[in-house]
Amino acid sequence: MLPIQPFGVSGESRMSAEPQRIEVTLETLLESVALAEEIGVRIAEAAGFDEDDRYKIGMAVREGVINAFQYGNEQSREKKIRLVFELTPDKMVIHVLDQGLGFSLEDVADPLAEENLMKASGRGIFLMKAFMDEFDVRAAQPSGAEVIMAKNYRNAESRTRESHRR
Amino acid sequence: MSFKATPRESGGVTVLDLSGRITLGEGSALLRDTIRQQLAQGRKKIILNLGDVNYIDSSGIGELVSGFTTVKNQGGEMKLLQLTKKVRDLLQITKLYTVFDIHDDERSAISAFGPN
Repeated sequence: MLPIQPFGVSGESRMSAEPQRIEVTLETLLESVALAEEIGVRIAEAAGFDEDDRYKIGMAVREGVINAFQYGNEQSREKKIRLVFELTPDKMVIHVLDQGLGFSLEDVADPLAEENLMKASGRGIFLMKAFMDEFDVRAAQPSGAEVIMAKNYRNAESRTRESHRR
Repeated sequence: MSFKATPRESGGVTVLDLSGRITLGEGSALLRDTIRQQLAQGRKKIILNLGDVNYIDSSGIGELVSGFTTVKNQGGEMKLLQLTKKVRDLLQITKLYTVFDIHDDERSAISAFGPN
């Protein structure tokens, strides 16, 4: 008898070089922020992350989409926010793409600098960096910014073990 | 859980009992409005009771900073009470933990305002 594989998380794909990929297109709406966070948390749960990491991943997705909503797409509803999740054998990779003008990390002010400490905004990028293991920003095609971040599985075996439990 | 802010008086100080999430949109806006309402009514000694707030995003952190500054600029004081672990951790990594006057119990927060 063939072993029953969890839905969408087959042993074959988990071990293959091709990551599992989930892509969502969101409207530039305030409601998209909470929706994106929830999607991120659920995918993280399915991938076997513990509660603390799920919170951090959810927060990073939320901040990435806030950034796209407010600063990238400047709240223009006709522009879209693309959210891509990739589950590789050793990490969860998240891409947040907007259709704005793009930005460089070098131009982002340090919110921990004394002159910025009491500013009401400017902490989103910092939180994404703090909560994820990898973080970068590059130019999206044809325009806009692409935030790329990744969370490693704490234990390389954890995802396999969690998947087999389901 | 939607955000709620309930004001009450305690020892000559206004305590805002907050619950839910302080995030971009409704939560941040309601907190801002509630603080401004207190100031408009001449209540300048304000304690934010965060005991039932277990989620704050960058917008919520910004609102705490903004509220602190607004109250101070009007000659008042704002203190934080009963931080949950997640909120405490966020204020620590953003280096705001030492900026705010933070207390674990209400009596100590009230007495920290001192006499008029």
